Amino acid sequence: MKKLKVLIVDDSSVMRKIVERALRQAGLDINEVAEASNGAEALAEIQKGVPDMILSDINMPVMDGLEFLKNLATLDSAKGVPVIMITTEGSEARVVEALSAGAKGYLRKPFTPEQVKERVAPLLGGGQ
Amino acid sequence: MKSMTQSRTPVTIPFDPNWKTIMECAALEVFEMMANVRLTLNPAPTEAPTGGQTAMVGMAGALCGMTTIRCTRSTATKLAALMLGEEAVSNPASARDALGELCNMVAGNFKAKITGLADACMLSVPTVIAGEDYSMDTAEPAEGVTIALVYETENIWVTLVTHS
Repeated sequence: MKKLKVLIVDDSSVMRKIVERALRQAGLDINEVAEASNGAEALAEIQKGVPDMILSDINMPVMDGLEFLKNLATLDSAKGVPVIMITTEGSEARVVEALSAGAKGYLRKPFTPEQVKERVAPLLGGGQ
Repeated sequence: MKSMTQSRTPVTIPFDPNWKTIMECAALEVFEMMANVRLTLNPAPTEAPTGGQTAMVGMAGALCGMTTIRCTRSTATKLAALMLGEEAVSNPASARDALGELCNMVAGNFKAKITGLADACMLSVPTVIAGEDYSMDTAEPAEGVTIALVYETENIWVTLVTHS
């Protein structure tokens, strides 16, 4: 089973821990978790090492999730890395915008580990 | 030449007493999904909301107001442990932040259940107050609902206050 590196982007450190815990409870074999508190930090984190998957909040200060997606699309090194957006507010317009900007899926808070697995596992290819 | 300028009238969604049921559903869902705990409703709480931790999330747009969750510090810590693991128990900041995130999700889940509100109401970042001896007052006129959810033997108070 392939070990995974996941980048979790959220301005709330507690939410980053909750997402990581949900990934592990979902049975995904996470080897390394990188964290960033906004899109700009996430881009810097990707320069250090490209993750297998990115889970990102939409509403964040400095650089929000939508702007992050647009910047990510310009990085050759991150081409093909699936991004799942996490949103609290059930805002359809923002979700549609994110999917148009390249996100592969979205997860609406609140979520269960089972829902996380349903959204994440299909995007990780074999081994999960 | 006639001006084509149109003024946009802000759409306001008026308070509906039925929101109490929707808030109950929204809150119960959040606690069950995020903390893996099935709470029960206290149908007739005999006390006013109390507790040493209050999380607040402001709402602005088609609905203006605030969602709060109030509970004891002990309950907040237990909820944080359920959400984050036992290590959260040793960090009071984690317990406060977890309660703030729960409040954020309850407010978000509530507005997602109201037709036309999801895209028309913004939420603030959560704020958490710690302390027992204080009261909260909001600008009049205000309407709202308060529900009490039972965790073990203690109430968790969820309140929605709206301004028309």
